[in-house]
Amino acid sequence: MSVNLTLLTVMGALYACGIYLLLERSLTRVLLGLMLLTNATNLLILTTGGYAGLAPMFSKDTAAGDYNDPLPQALILTSIVISFAVTAFMLGIIYRTWVLAREDEIQDDAEDRRVARTPSFDVEDDSVIPVETSEFPLTMIGSDGQSVSDVPAGAEATVQVADRTLDADKAASEEQPGSLNVTPPNKEGGGQ
Amino acid sequence: MNIASFAPLAVLLPILGAALTFLLIRQPRAQRTVSIALLSVTLLLECWLLASVWEGGTAAVNIGGWLPPWGIVMVVDQFSSLMLVVSSSVSLAVLIYATGQGMADGDRDAPVSIFHPTYLILVAGVSNAFLSGDLFNLYVGFEILLTASYVLMTLGGTGPRIRAGVTYLVVSVVSSVLFLIAIAMIYGATGTINMADLAVKLADLDQGTQNLLHVMLLVAFGIKAAIFPLSFWLPDSYPTAPAPVTAVFAGLLTKVGVYAIVRTETLLFPGDTFNTPLMVAALLTMIVGILGALAQSDIKRLLSFTLVSHIGYMVFGLAMSSVAGLGAAVFYVAHHITIQTSLFLVTGLIERRGGSSSVDRLAGLAKLSPLLAVLFFVPAMNLAGIPPFSGFLGKLGLLQAGVQLGTPLAYALVAGGVLTSLLTLLAIARVWNRAFWRKPEDAEHPDPVLLAAPGDSATGDRAGKTNVTLLPRTMVGSTLGLVIFGVGLTVFAGPLFKVADQSAFDMLDRTAYIQAVLGEDPPVPAISQPEPQEVSK
Repeated sequence: MSVNLTLLTVMGALYACGIYLLLERSLTRVLLGLMLLTNATNLLILTTGGYAGLAPMFSKDTAAGDYNDPLPQALILTSIVISFAVTAFMLGIIYRTWVLAREDEIQDDAEDRRVARTPSFDVEDDSVIPVETSEFPLTMIGSDGQSVSDVPAGAEATVQVADRTLDADKAASEEQPGSLNVTPPNKEGGGQ
Repeated sequence: MNIASFAPLAVLLPILGAALTFLLIRQPRAQRTVSIALLSVTLLLECWLLASVWEGGTAAVNIGGWLPPWGIVMVVDQFSSLMLVVSSSVSLAVLIYATGQGMADGDRDAPVSIFHPTYLILVAGVSNAFLSGDLFNLYVGFEILLTASYVLMTLGGTGPRIRAGVTYLVVSVVSSVLFLIAIAMIYGATGTINMADLAVKLADLDQGTQNLLHVMLLVAFGIKAAIFPLSFWLPDSYPTAPAPVTAVFAGLLTKVGVYAIVRTETLLFPGDTFNTPLMVAALLTMIVGILGALAQSDIKRLLSFTLVSHIGYMVFGLAMSSVAGLGAAVFYVAHHITIQTSLFLVTGLIERRGGSSSVDRLAGLAKLSPLLAVLFFVPAMNLAGIPPFSGFLGKLGLLQAGVQLGTPLAYALVAGGVLTSLLTLLAIARVWNRAFWRKPEDAEHPDPVLLAAPGDSATGDRAGKTNVTLLPRTMVGSTLGLVIFGVGLTVFAGPLFKVADQSAFDMLDRTAYIQAVLGEDPPVPAISQPEPQEVSK
């Protein structure tokens, strides 16, 4: 089977340009990249059909190199229609991005940024002394009839949070990132 | 009578429904009736298909009378019909949920008139992908469901949805292009794209070419199935879509990718060439996914990460290439579609009831709405694999198959599977502790509706919307139905596992599939002679 070298070269160039454009942050360029990629693929499918100029006639005695296979062309038609629909939709999305944000760039995910900024320390999960937040505080009667508790009678329960000491009853409500009890994350360390 | 002649209806009925609902765009009530009715009929038809192949057997139909390998073939076997029934049940539940949400909110938030046609087209695409016996038709099925999913994901066109939609769209198009390139190369190498015919002819290619084609298909499907490291797009794009849309995406779309990988591994490229890389990928998918879930505070994002993580179990099962492993994977796919979708539906309800889907802002829901707590608890424990639920049974089957295989890597995966299961329990327990058990005063910036007295909780004032029903009966009902369906998978796990094992045996054996498509006298794949005329074209 012989192939058309020009078609192959064009296909390679389309793939190269398409992938390059796809890696851009600008949405319009990404769209152009996708269009080049799909068209390069169409050329690839066309190449599998055989050499141009042969008739798509087949009977049992025709040698493989002597006829053109029409099936790839049917496949290309389908894939053209699909890429047309996707391109149209993508254009709509790009226009919508422009209307909403006045920019043609892919934006960062806000929730991702937030998770990245969250400190690894979580008061509720990671406090050194577990604060009793249940409705049924843990008190037991010892063998001498005295009440036994985690906290010695009269002493203030405290919680060690990062580098400061807090009253236990206030600590439970303070778990929001950025609140006073939590050391703010280091600027370089928190981000990506 | 060939039962497969009715298989195309599973694709045609939803498409017909899409056309009808599009005509009825100005009559929401008629639109709802038509779409729910047509989807129910489709489900019944698929149940009948499953019942006909329950005892085994494979049937194929040539669309338009074109003989294989030239025409398009649709194949009904145990695996595909089981997937069809589970996916249609889930889609029906989500559709009812979505119409309930639309009615409760007065259709203001989402253009529901577009929703119904698009949703039905999505269902048609999923059915087409499951039934297809032809690589290019599989590609078309993927494109139908993807194009519908682009529209559903960006429904309403708000900023975050558009942002997430762009990522999703670009990643999906790239994976589709890869798939199409693979199809072109396969056609160039063998001169056919009929999967049964390929099963015979691919074996004649030299090993290097086979590996190249195999890897291309695996990468293309791996992106769709969200297998690490190709899973980065999923947690980023799914959570922003409307709750029912996220639910149906989470349940179905990745599983279509898994289905395609199963067919690739069993039918097109049998053997164990890529079992080791697949097992490593499965291990990484499980561990990395679940570690990502632990870092999240938003329930939807957390669930998206568990979704990625649990894909690893299915890949583990199929990478073992044993009847036990593949059977357990088939069962796990059916289980996971149901459970993951119900969890996302419940999360939608939590968001309505508690005003947020972030666990930091939720509290005390167990007291406010015990029904919601039960609805969350049952599928959550199911997902984490607590006995006696189907999640436990599926994982047990996979672990047993892994121990049976007995290689060091299989043992590593068994350990990874147990660890992932425990970490899933941890992630789910964190949600449960915060959103359901702690006192509302402990939450950060709780929605006023959480602090309101239980008596006046039926309706609430929220952000300009007055008299929003917090838990509409239709939404709760459809969620309940799906949760019960999930429990039903546990109750009927015995027969289901039997069918799954049988389908795994048939898939690994391949002769039933090839004979159903190519006729009673096909060349036996293992010892087939090269056919120079076709191959060298």
